Amino acid sequence: MQLTVWTYEGPPHVGAMRIAAAMQGVHFVLHAPQGDTYADLLFTMIERRDVRPPVTYTTFQARDLGSDTAALFKTAVAEAYARFAPQCMIVGASCTAELIQDDPGGLAQALDLPIPVLPLDLPSYQKKENWGAAETFYQIVRALAKNPGRTKDASAPPLCNLLGPTALGFRHRDDLVEITRLLAELGVGVNVVAPFEATPDDIARLPDADFNVLMYPEIGDQAARWLEKTHGQPCIRTIPIGYAATRAFIAETAKLAGLDPTPLLTPNRSRLPWWSRSVDSNYLTGKRVFIFGDATHAIAVARVARDELGFEVVGLGCYNREFAREMRAAAASYGLEALITDDYLLVEDAIDRLQPELVLGTQMERHIAKRLGLPCAVISAPVHVQDFPARYAPVMGFEGANVLFDTLVHPLVMGLEEHLLAMFRDDFEFHDAAGPSHLHTAGSSAAKLASDRNRAGRSDSADTLYPDATHSDDVRLGEVRSDDARSGPSDSAHRPSAPPWSPEAQAELMKIPFFVRGKARRNTELFAAERGLPVIGVEALYDAKSHFSR
Amino acid sequence: MSDGGGFARLPSAAPLRDRDVAEPMAILRERGQREVFCGLTGIVWLHRKIQDAFFLVVGSRTCAHLIQSAAGVMVFAEPRFATAIMEERDLAGLADANEELDRIVERLLARRPDIKLLFLVGSCPSEVIKLDLSRAAARLSARHSPGVRVLNYSGSGIETTFTQGEDACLASLVPEAPVSEEVAQDLLVVGALPDIVEDQFQRLFAKMGLERVSFFPPRRSGAIPAIGPNTRFLLAQPFLTDTARALEARGATRLSAQFPFGAEGAAHWFSAAAKAFGISQERFDEAIGPARARAERALAPLRAELQGKSIFFFPDSQLEPCLARFLSQELGMRPLEVGTPYLNQELLAPDLLALPKQTRLSEGQDVDRQLDRCRAQKPDLVVCGLGLANPLEREGMATKWSIELVFSPVHGFDCAADLANLFARPLRRRAGLKV
Repeated sequence: MQLTVWTYEGPPHVGAMRIAAAMQGVHFVLHAPQGDTYADLLFTMIERRDVRPPVTYTTFQARDLGSDTAALFKTAVAEAYARFAPQCMIVGASCTAELIQDDPGGLAQALDLPIPVLPLDLPSYQKKENWGAAETFYQIVRALAKNPGRTKDASAPPLCNLLGPTALGFRHRDDLVEITRLLAELGVGVNVVAPFEATPDDIARLPDADFNVLMYPEIGDQAARWLEKTHGQPCIRTIPIGYAATRAFIAETAKLAGLDPTPLLTPNRSRLPWWSRSVDSNYLTGKRVFIFGDATHAIAVARVARDELGFEVVGLGCYNREFAREMRAAAASYGLEALITDDYLLVEDAIDRLQPELVLGTQMERHIAKRLGLPCAVISAPVHVQDFPARYAPVMGFEGANVLFDTLVHPLVMGLEEHLLAMFRDDFEFHDAAGPSHLHTAGSSAAKLASDRNRAGRSDSADTLYPDATHSDDVRLGEVRSDDARSGPSDSAHRPSAPPWSPEAQAELMKIPFFVRGKARRNTELFAAERGLPVIGVEALYDAKSHFSR
Repeated sequence: MSDGGGFARLPSAAPLRDRDVAEPMAILRERGQREVFCGLTGIVWLHRKIQDAFFLVVGSRTCAHLIQSAAGVMVFAEPRFATAIMEERDLAGLADANEELDRIVERLLARRPDIKLLFLVGSCPSEVIKLDLSRAAARLSARHSPGVRVLNYSGSGIETTFTQGEDACLASLVPEAPVSEEVAQDLLVVGALPDIVEDQFQRLFAKMGLERVSFFPPRRSGAIPAIGPNTRFLLAQPFLTDTARALEARGATRLSAQFPFGAEGAAHWFSAAAKAFGISQERFDEAIGPARARAERALAPLRAELQGKSIFFFPDSQLEPCLARFLSQELGMRPLEVGTPYLNQELLAPDLLALPKQTRLSEGQDVDRQLDRCRAQKPDLVVCGLGLANPLEREGMATKWSIELVFSPVHGFDCAADLANLFARPLRRRAGLKV
C-alpha cells in the first residue's frame, strides 16, 4: 500500500478516456462502479469540453455482484452501440471491475458488432494514467492501421503524421497549431494528427505518411515504434521546445523530407535570443532553478533554462517512471541525480532543501512553491483549468520559445527592479513590511491585501498567463516568510538543533532580499549548528555567507 | 440497462396516502448508468466538520484521484484525509494487506499527533476483495487507545451514492456516543452543517427556550453527545436513513418535519421541535418571527425572478425533493422532474406532500434516458453534476451545479436567500451576457 493525498497521475483507465475523448467516432465502455463517473468532469470542467466524453460506465452495484455483472456489461455495450453509433469501440475495466474478472473483451466480442471492438487490458494496481493512454493509443493504431499505405506520387509533397496530442494534454491544442504551421512553411503536409480529433478512418490512413513526428512520447511512443517497425515509417523524436530544439527539429525534419531548411533557420524567428541577450536579462545569470514534471517537458525546459536563459539547473526530475532512463541521462548532463518519484512529499523535501530561486513544475509544485515562498511557473501536466488559456499559448516552436521566455522570467523580479530593491531595501517606504504607497495602507494590511489578492485568483494581474506570475510581487509587498511558522513533517528534519537568532542577526537577515533570504537563513543555521554556536549573531551570518560562497 | 425500470405506484399504505390530491404520486424507478459521485466524496466536508478526525480511504488510485478531483485546492494544504492505495501485492494476500494497513496507520498517527479519531473508509476494491475493515478498526483501536479511536465505514460506490457516505460515517459514530441516562428531554440536530449555520440554529433554539440542544456530528470527536430514550432528534439532512435508524435503535425519537430550506421549510422544522418540547405558539412566534420575516423579505425579489420558471433535477445528493419543495412552494418555480439517487419516503413525507402533484419523481438513474427527457422538456434551469453541466449549457440549457448545494451554507432562515440565489444566478448571468 502507498499512502497518498495527491497523485500526479490518475489510474490507467483515465488515460484510455483521454484517448477516446480526443478522438471522433470512438466510444469507450468501461466496466466500473458509479463513483468512477467523476472522471467525466476532468474533461468538461478542466478542459471546458462542451460534450460529454464518449464513455459509458456500467455502474454496477453491490447487489449486482451476486447476480450477473457480465450481463450488465453486455447490455451496456449493446445500448451504447445503438445510441452512439460509433465506428469503433474500446472496452475495459476500472480497478474494481478488474477484480471481478468479467472479461469485458470477450463479452463484447460475443455481441458480434459490425465494428471493431478493441479490448483493453489496463492493470490498475500496477500502471497509471500515461501508461493507459499510451497503451490505448497503441492498441487502436495496431488494430486499425494494419494495411500498408498507398504509394504516393513522387512529385507530391512529403507527408507526416503528428503523434501524441490528446485530451487533457499540457498545451497540446496550441502546440499542434504551431507545429503544423512550421511544417507547412517547410513544405511538409500533415497526413493525420492522432489521437487528437482523429477518426478510426484517419487511423487507418496513418501508413500513408512518409514519416511520423512524435510530439509527446508519453502518449505516442509505443504507437510510433510499432509504425516504424510495421510500416517502415521513420520518426522525428526531437521535441521542438525551446529555440535551439525548434531549429534542430526543423533541420532534422528537412533532412528526412529532403527539403531546404534555411528559410526557417534565419535569425529573428523568435524573440527569445535577443530578449535573453538584452542587458536587462543579465540578472537571470545563474538563477537557481528546480524543474519537475513529465519527463518530456521537464527535460526540454531544463535545456531552455540553462542554454537559453542562463539559469543554473539545481534539481531535475519527473513523476513518470516509464521515462526514467531518459530523465537520468538528462540530469547527468547537469551534474545532477534525477529525482524520479510520484510522491510529492519527496519533491517538496527536495525543493525545501535546495532553496531554488525559481520552481518550474506542475500544479503541485506551484502549491509547494507558494508554501515555501518561492516564485514558480507551471510547465507540465497534470493539467489545471488555468493550463487551458483562452488565448494562443503554445510551448513548442518559435512562438513556444517566446511563451517560455515570458513564463520562466515573469515570476522573477525584473532586473532593474532587483537593483533598486537591493539599493533601497532599508528605505523607510521600501522595506519588507511597507505596503505599496498607492494603496495607502499600513504594512501589515498591505501584506494581507497581497495575500487576499493571491487568494482571489490574481485576476487583477496584467499577466495571468501563469498563475504565479505575480507571486514575487506579492512577496515583495511584505509577506515575510518565517521558516519557523511553517509546520509540517519535512521541516524540522533538516535543522534539528539550529541555535536561536540574536535580535541583531534577525534584523540583519531581514535586510537580505526575500528571494535569497530562505537560503541565507538555512545556510547560516546549518553553519551555526555544525559549529555548535549557542546563538546566531551578525558575525555568524557573514561567516556563513563567506563559507558557502567558496 | 432498463431492467427494473418503469413506473411504480406507491402502495396505498405509504406515508403519502394523506396527500390531498386524488392520485398517488408516480415514481419513475430507473436502473441504468448513473452519473453520480460515490460516498467517498463526503470526506471533503466531513473532515472540515470533525476537526480532530482523519479519514483514511483504503482503496485504489482511482479513489485518490476522485477525492483530489472533488476536493480541488483543499488537497494542497495538509488535509486530514488520505488514501492507502492498494497495489498488486496487497491483492495477493489479505494477511499482508492487513499488515500494510497497520504500518500505514502507524506512520500516519506518528506524524499527526493531533488526530483523535481515525476513520478507515472502505472503497469499491476493498469491499470486493472483502478486506474486513471493522476487524482492522477494532485491532487498531486496541493498539492506539486511549489516544486514538479507530472506526470504519464504507464509502464505496457499489454501496453508497455521494451523500450516503455521510450517512454511513455518522451511523458508525452513533455507537460511540455515551448512553444517556438522563430523564430531561434533549434535542439532537443530526447532519453535518457549516459551523455558522449551527450557531444560527443554536441561537434560535435558545430564544425558543430550548437549552439542551446538541449537534451530531460534533466539532471535536471527544464531544459526542449522550444519546438515549430522552433524546429527540431532528434531521437537518434528508439523506441520513441509516443514521436515523441507528439513533432510533438507541431509543431516540425522530421528529418529523420538512427539511429546513427556505423560510417555510425552516419554520416547519423549528416548529416540530417547539411542539415536541411543549413550547407555546406565542413563544415560538416571538422567537423565530424576526428571522422568518427577514428571510421572507430577502426571498421576495427572488420570487419575482424565479416565479413560473421550470426546473429539472438530475439525481445527486438526495436533497432534490426538499429543494424542489422550497423552489415550488416558496418561489413559484415549476419542478418538471425531480431525480434523486434514493428516495426515503418516510423521512421526506412532509416535503413530498407539499410538491405540486404533476411533478415527476425519479429514483435511481439511466443518464442517457434522463437526458432525453430533459431535452424534450426544455426546462428553464437544470440542476446537475459537473460532468453534465457544460454539455447541457452548450445545448442551450441553463444549469446549476448540484455540488454547490452540498458545499454551501444553505439551511435555515438566514441562508434562505443565499440558497435561492444559487438558482437565480445562472439565469441572471444568461440574461446579462451579450456574447
